[in-house]
Amino acid sequence: MDGQISWRVRHVWGRNLQVFLRTWKVSFLPPLFDSLFFLIALGYGLGQFVQEIDGVGYARFVAPAIVAIGIMNASYFETTYGSFVRMYYQKTFDALIATPITIEEVIVGEILWGATKAVIYTALILPLLAVFGVISLPDSLLLIPLALLGGLLFGAIGLCFTAWTPSIDTLSYPQFLFITPMMVLSGTFFPIESLPLPVQYVAYAVMPLAHIVSLARALTLPAAAPFALVSLAWLVVATGLVMFIAVRQMRRRLVV
Amino acid sequence: MTQPAILAEGLEKRFGALVAVDRCSFVVNEGEVFGFLGPNGAGKTSTMRMIACVSPKTGGRLEVFGLDVNERPREIKAMIGVVSQENNLDPDLSVYDNLVVFARFFELDRAEAARRADELIEFFGLGEKRDTVIEVLSGGMKRRLTIARALINRPRLVILDEPTTGLDPQARALIWERLRTLRDRGSTILLSTHYLEEAERFCDRLVIMDNGKILIEGRPDEIVSSRMGRAVIETVDDPAVLACLAREGIAYERFGDLVHITTNSPEPLIQRLVSSCNPSRLSVRNATLEDVFLRLTGRGLKD
Repeated sequence: MDGQISWRVRHVWGRNLQVFLRTWKVSFLPPLFDSLFFLIALGYGLGQFVQEIDGVGYARFVAPAIVAIGIMNASYFETTYGSFVRMYYQKTFDALIATPITIEEVIVGEILWGATKAVIYTALILPLLAVFGVISLPDSLLLIPLALLGGLLFGAIGLCFTAWTPSIDTLSYPQFLFITPMMVLSGTFFPIESLPLPVQYVAYAVMPLAHIVSLARALTLPAAAPFALVSLAWLVVATGLVMFIAVRQMRRRLVV
Repeated sequence: MTQPAILAEGLEKRFGALVAVDRCSFVVNEGEVFGFLGPNGAGKTSTMRMIACVSPKTGGRLEVFGLDVNERPREIKAMIGVVSQENNLDPDLSVYDNLVVFARFFELDRAEAARRADELIEFFGLGEKRDTVIEVLSGGMKRRLTIARALINRPRLVILDEPTTGLDPQARALIWERLRTLRDRGSTILLSTHYLEEAERFCDRLVIMDNGKILIEGRPDEIVSSRMGRAVIETVDDPAVLACLAREGIAYERFGDLVHITTNSPEPLIQRLVSSCNPSRLSVRNATLEDVFLRLTGRGLKD
């Protein structure tokens, strides 16, 4: 039963896609509205009282961060609440591992699906933001590969919490202890440089969103981004590491 | 001698200090219907999960079609179909989609998957519900679909954990009827059930388990005749009758307000009872697997 991962992963992903294609009409709209509300409230409402940052208006400053938050939410919620429902209530994983598919393939397939949700979200929100004039196309299309990377990372993070949580109720703990602070402190709504230096270090050390936000800005705004490659490397290494942990932890939970 | 479908030797499963399966040995031959009987917590499900390669064994030897479960789980899983106790269908998908999505996990191509799905829908009488989302199906239909789904890869071995539990008699009859067809086509069937009468009729051989151990193994009729004799005489639990039985030297068991006397030749015994003990009520019936089951596993509640 040792780690076996093959191209059968695509069947796990395909199963989720098939269900999504059946229910997409109800599930794809909320995240888009979420982002647009943030853009209106912050970019246009609050933005009237905020000076330009790095030579751009506030709406253009928060737009890439709103996409970054959307990437995080799309994948993280898919592999926490979505995966937990499949694992615990629908027993989907039990059905899958009764076939030639291994538990490792189930886990990797779930993470890939989480990342796919982030990519779908990004592909849909970009033209909307372009209509509002807060990002420019086609330059910003590079946010789509970023969504894949960020989606893999947050998908894997979500699955770790799914492996550890005793019930669906306790999934709210990582949300308000990890996701919410990250959403507001990762240089999303104000430049991370305005935080005290030690807090900045902590933010870059433990908050994946901080790296995604800074990369998203580097890809959409003209401002110089000296640490973009560092952020990219951080994300790649973290994604590999957390995926490894997610597979191990889920195996511990499910193989009994 | 041909290779057995399942070979278990000293098979063991422990969860920490709890021993769920305690050094069990058994052989299931190809083409046989083999039953696991036992009270809740006896170790039936744990044994079946190890055979299905979803739960690693703690010790002992376990082979399915000659392949070791630890070394070749993927190949074994390709040859078996599993119906677990809990419904794990995809609630968002239709009957048909549940089958074709599952077919992909076995690498069946699209055309073959479609053909088998329609065949199975027909076989299990689900034609009218083909495109219905399964959430709205009755319990019996869901169960039929779960069994249909387990057959999508044309398995050599079908493992069913309590396939008829919680269903009405009509739904149960239909499921047994379909399983019988499957058996006649040569599939090996491994199942657990709490319906002892059904097990007695349907299983070629069976084991009764309790506390992780196999208590008895054999053909249902042989188990009954060797353990109980042919018949059970039931009479009232009355002090005068008990005293009389003791006086006559007739062995008996007390079950609630009844007294059971097991025997191979009921007629002379009944005459003796009527003439010497004169009980207010007396009846005789065939001994059943349930009698053996209760004698072996006790009458106390198990959980």
